[in-house]
Amino acid sequence: MMETEFTPWASLAGGAMIGLAAVLLMAVAGRVMGATGILAGALLPASREDGAWRWVMIAGMVTAPSLYLLATGSWPEITVPVSTPMLIVGGFLVGVGVTFGGGCTSGHGVCGIARLSVRSIVATGVFMVACVVTVYVIRHVVGV
Amino acid sequence: MRLVLIFFIGALFGLGIVISGMGNPAKVVNFFDIAGTWDPSLIFVMSGALAVTFVGYRVLVPTQRPLFDTSFHLPVAKQIDRRLVLGATTFGVGWGIAGFCPGGALPVLGAFDAPVWVFTGALIAGILAARLLPGLLARRASI
Repeated sequence: MMETEFTPWASLAGGAMIGLAAVLLMAVAGRVMGATGILAGALLPASREDGAWRWVMIAGMVTAPSLYLLATGSWPEITVPVSTPMLIVGGFLVGVGVTFGGGCTSGHGVCGIARLSVRSIVATGVFMVACVVTVYVIRHVVGV
Repeated sequence: MRLVLIFFIGALFGLGIVISGMGNPAKVVNFFDIAGTWDPSLIFVMSGALAVTFVGYRVLVPTQRPLFDTSFHLPVAKQIDRRLVLGATTFGVGWGIAGFCPGGALPVLGAFDAPVWVFTGALIAGILAARLLPGLLARRASI
């Protein structure tokens, strides 16, 4: 376990940028900004045109660390506190879960709750609690 | 023009993820580790994102349609069923194990750190398995 610095202002500003991106995507393309939906639709597009905007959106996202490097002179901090097998198992479960659950933190947690969708509010509550319980079990019961 | 704008929106989202700390699993897992090294920063990410989206969506509603489409494509699913709850639970467990969620991982692929690519590979495998396997099994059963 490792302490991380509490960053209220950077987190609030970053969050506001995420929100602004969600609003702009709705204004421009009329789409909710769910990372799950964008990725799944890029992998298995309904049509060629439907796949195109999703890949462009992902391409834009991937430029962010380089833009951050240009602006600040250093790469963003990415510290992975878990082992490779945990990344693989966790990643696979996330992929299955967001597919059946119909969304993730950005789709349900931001766009869905902003639309006051009861389905999204329930999903967000469930995955947040499941995550707290999982981290508790891993860190304080199993003790990894 | 539409795709150019979407590219910049993607970059804005990605910068938001990077600046907020959502792309840093150490920070994300600490947010959920209430009994340990708790870092409440993610409350501020969610608050900032929700406040802007909540207000922005309400400003957009009266405009009837987006700039480059004939209508808004809003999700229509409303049902709260076992599929939703089990799916969200599975996602939460995976998120707690790995520390990345899909929106947190995609932008930081651009930092070319191996663990992010490992996670995203497994994420894609999970999405494809969940999308394609039920169909394949149903087809096999019907033969």
